[in-house]
Amino acid sequence: MLYREAGQYKTSYAADQAVFPILQDRVGLAAILLVAFVVIPLAGNSFLLQAVMIPFLVMGLATVGLNLLVGYTGLLSLGTGAFMGVGAFACYKLATLFPGVNILIWVIASGFVAAGVGVLFGLPSLRIKGFYLAVATLAAQFFLSWCFIRVPWLYNYNISASIEVPTRTFLGVPVTGPTATPVTRYLVVLTIVVVMTWLASNLVHGRIGRMWMAVRDMDIAAELIGIKLYRTKLLAFAVSSFYCGVAGAMLAFLWLGAAESESFNINQSFLVLFMVIIGGLGSLTGSFFGAIFIWGLPIVLRNAPGVFGLSITAATVEHITFMTVGVLIIFFLIVEPAGLARLWQIGKQKLRVWPFPY
Amino acid sequence: MNILYQIFIDPFVQMGTAPDLLVQTLWEGLVAGVLYALIALGFVLIFKASGVFNFAQGIMVVFAALTLVGLYDRGVPAFVALGLTIAVMLGLAFVVERLMLRPLVNQPDIILFMATFGLTYILIGLGEMIFGGDPKVMITDALYLPRGAIDVKMLGGFVSLQKIDIAAAIIASIMVAGLAVFFQKTRIGRALRAVADSHKAALSVGISLEQIWVVVWFAAGIVALATGIMWGARSNVSFALEIIALKALPVLILGGFTSIPGAILGGVIIGIGEKLGEFYWGPLLGSGIESWLAYVIALIFLLFRPQGLFGERIIERI
Amino acid sequence: MRMRNLIFSASVACLVGAPVAASQAQAEDTIFVPLLTYRTGPFANSGIPIANGMHDYLDMLNERDGGIGGVKIAVEECETGYKNEKGVECYEALKNKKPVVVNPYSTGITLALIPKASVDHIPVLSMAYGLSASAQGQDFPWIFNPPATYWDGLSMIIKYIAEKEGGFDKLKGKTIGYVYFDGGYGLEPIPLLDQLAKDYGFEVKKYPVPPADMQNQSGLWLNVRRDRPAWMIMWGWGAMNPAAVQEAAKINYPMDHFIGIWWSGSEDDARPAAAGGKGYLSLNFNGVGASYPAMQDIIKYVIEKGKGQTLKHKVGENFYNRGVMNSAIVAEAIRNAQQLTGKKVVNADDVRRGFESLKISAARWKELGLDGFAGPIDVSCTDHNGHHAAYVQQWDGTKWVKTSDWITPMKDKVQPLLDAAAKDYVTKNQPWPKRTEACDKSS
Repeated sequence: MLYREAGQYKTSYAADQAVFPILQDRVGLAAILLVAFVVIPLAGNSFLLQAVMIPFLVMGLATVGLNLLVGYTGLLSLGTGAFMGVGAFACYKLATLFPGVNILIWVIASGFVAAGVGVLFGLPSLRIKGFYLAVATLAAQFFLSWCFIRVPWLYNYNISASIEVPTRTFLGVPVTGPTATPVTRYLVVLTIVVVMTWLASNLVHGRIGRMWMAVRDMDIAAELIGIKLYRTKLLAFAVSSFYCGVAGAMLAFLWLGAAESESFNINQSFLVLFMVIIGGLGSLTGSFFGAIFIWGLPIVLRNAPGVFGLSITAATVEHITFMTVGVLIIFFLIVEPAGLARLWQIGKQKLRVWPFPY
Repeated sequence: MNILYQIFIDPFVQMGTAPDLLVQTLWEGLVAGVLYALIALGFVLIFKASGVFNFAQGIMVVFAALTLVGLYDRGVPAFVALGLTIAVMLGLAFVVERLMLRPLVNQPDIILFMATFGLTYILIGLGEMIFGGDPKVMITDALYLPRGAIDVKMLGGFVSLQKIDIAAAIIASIMVAGLAVFFQKTRIGRALRAVADSHKAALSVGISLEQIWVVVWFAAGIVALATGIMWGARSNVSFALEIIALKALPVLILGGFTSIPGAILGGVIIGIGEKLGEFYWGPLLGSGIESWLAYVIALIFLLFRPQGLFGERIIERI
Repeated sequence: MRMRNLIFSASVACLVGAPVAASQAQAEDTIFVPLLTYRTGPFANSGIPIANGMHDYLDMLNERDGGIGGVKIAVEECETGYKNEKGVECYEALKNKKPVVVNPYSTGITLALIPKASVDHIPVLSMAYGLSASAQGQDFPWIFNPPATYWDGLSMIIKYIAEKEGGFDKLKGKTIGYVYFDGGYGLEPIPLLDQLAKDYGFEVKKYPVPPADMQNQSGLWLNVRRDRPAWMIMWGWGAMNPAAVQEAAKINYPMDHFIGIWWSGSEDDARPAAAGGKGYLSLNFNGVGASYPAMQDIIKYVIEKGKGQTLKHKVGENFYNRGVMNSAIVAEAIRNAQQLTGKKVVNADDVRRGFESLKISAARWKELGLDGFAGPIDVSCTDHNGHHAAYVQQWDGTKWVKTSDWITPMKDKVQPLLDAAAKDYVTKNQPWPKRTEACDKSS
């Protein structure tokens, strides 16, 4: 009833092929953007911004990146953490080598460095598939993790082997470093994520996205119809690593304010992979659903006893969080193996015919 | 020039001048390889029979060891605790089959893989809550496992063989032999092989998939328990152990995902290769290369032989 | 069926999506001391006794004395798992409850919090860990790390080794091995180590232990066997410690030549090696054992009443006592703050001044019920550390035994390096806020 398309006629092919053909979808998207850009900075407190929204957006971007690789191209990669690390360290080196240049330019540029590294470690994908490719990317993950500690040039020979983010400004307002307010950082992260998601959306709805999906579904047939496999796969690695690199640079510069090799270890890779799979393989909205679920659920569980007035020790809350996340992962996989995105789609479908059942 | 000497000549010179250290390194590699192989064995068992890549194998190792030590700490005599732990692993197999495998039957592999991730999280939380996060000492003496080392004088120096490592190698061989006999000679073993070949065909012949899965997860649980005892005896039982399970992946690459002798051989190759590499070439690169050397070895292997040493050749059909 | 699933899943997803800002109702007249602890994860074996010690001592003060100066202390633990992100998240979550001090208990988390603390005005107590250069009070007004820095500790170890070898000149030509946690914590002392190696002519062999391979050190110790260094120094934490001691015992390394920093000195680190661990040395700056009157009070007022975090026989173990010392320092700082400002319910600014005028003499330790527990602590406005002495203890198979006198650090070697490191940090992190807080006369 709410969601009917009745009365919405398309008069051109372009209008018919739009990503959001239904007016209600477009209104909904505008509302979400309004809430994100206006309501949350005004109404949210520092904890919400610093510990919930900024991490969610950063991890969401990384999830989008990995989804492009795993969901759209079917190449299983466990090296996400390492590629994020490459982005972070590249951004740090660029920012300290050229302190005069705007930090946001370096955040984007570090994505290109990560893309290069991604292509390099994606070369085995030309010969290896499936779980075996995952092992190849594991090699990338562990090797790069080792490099982040063993190559002191990367962290400017800091004694602590970690990168401490210098304060940089944008339009006179500090955006990185301890003086940057959560609101400023949140808005910068939000803008970058929105722009890059829009780019990703265009990619997957266009020719390149279709090439990726063809490779995912049946790569031999794709090759037969003329898609160059090596270029497509390497492009997937490059774009995916670009997104992960930018996410990593944002993690170091705009979220934590510091980073070290351990921030980009194998657990980070697994975390992003969880987000992709729970959110839904091959879906951009799913990436964000997955990110909010995997990131937000432990926070809710950790703070829930406090809200309800129960006093449970922090360690027990941690244990219960682990178990609940595990149970919910299995539950969602049983209920809807295609992820939260599919649940969302089913919901929209039901809304279209509501109050009728079908 | 110096670099070339250091890479290609110097390590072999070192091997020649201190042969006892070479033998020691080979022995350490063998022992590590056997332990990796034990973990890989658990993976192979489950993958062969249900096609599930069980990421939770690592945490099952820790959980089994923790249960054993936890029961013993609460006053249960050692071998009774052992029996109870085996019963717990059987119970776990039942629960996993009923609540996780049955609802997800026929789903793509990656979904089942994710489900085992969920299982990992559950076991981590459960294990830490019941037994506490502080590490435990394995009850080596109570289980009559040997302690101490035998120092064999040879080749101008000495090679120290830890008795627990020898015991681990022997127990692993017995287990592999037992599993081989089980698969070849018994009815359930044949049923397992049938299920590994084709689920549908096995069903049509009347083999109960659910029973087979319980059996196979139970077997993997026993292997996990043995692995946990061995690993725990060498160093403490703590949750840091589950990360070592990732090392089983290169072993599986080398040996093939479905081959038991492949897991053993792959484990030994990875173990020896890793230790030799770390010992002789590690200092050149700043050491600590053990963390990624196994994966690079597996990667290089994959580029030339994607199905591993014993795996089935991958045939792609359109 | 699908509809039911759909509604249930949607409601769960909505619950997750709802922003939650936790805030507990807090009584006005309490002082909030959060504890960033880790009782889970691979470092739990080190983190749990320290967390217990910290928590129990503060509980004891609440039970026995009704708090500090009559004001109760509100203690809250936040689980970090020794992970930097979780530490920062805990810090941000607890910031709004007006903590008077933060104890991260992780060098990584401390490094992430140092810039934030100066902006948020919350003192960070990184007792004998964290950034060594933060001893410079002029550059780091909000960071405190008594009683000694890592560089002090390393210099003390080298002094001990020199004494055992018969003099500093005997160090020439010897090899000293350094096995360390491959992260900020273990890398921190290396500049001083290299400097001392150059000055005294000994060679340093470094053996890093990656965090993922903490329990898989056999290859590394094989290298040690090949290189046969005369002495081994360890900078380990968590699961790395017991694994290292066991491996050293396996290769028959002389345990009395194997000495660890104060964070590698838990009973749980040496015990698993059984007889092989006998003789293992470790630096320490607090006492072991539960005979101190304050420890007995903890047992009486907290443990026996069932409010404690730990079992009775664990009271008195080294890391438990370390946690107690941490809380004792925090309590003293709060007391100082109360005296300086005349207020009962002090805030973070006051406690910072309290830290800066921290002076715990031997007589004061006795008053606190911890006679001879630790050396005197003297923090001043410019010196947030004090560079105090530590002693070497030896594992005799069942307990730690003090085996040396109190060793003072090599101030002449350490101080110039600290000054340089502080300057380096400040230049790398421009703009660094200039110190605006005044020095109290008593500090």
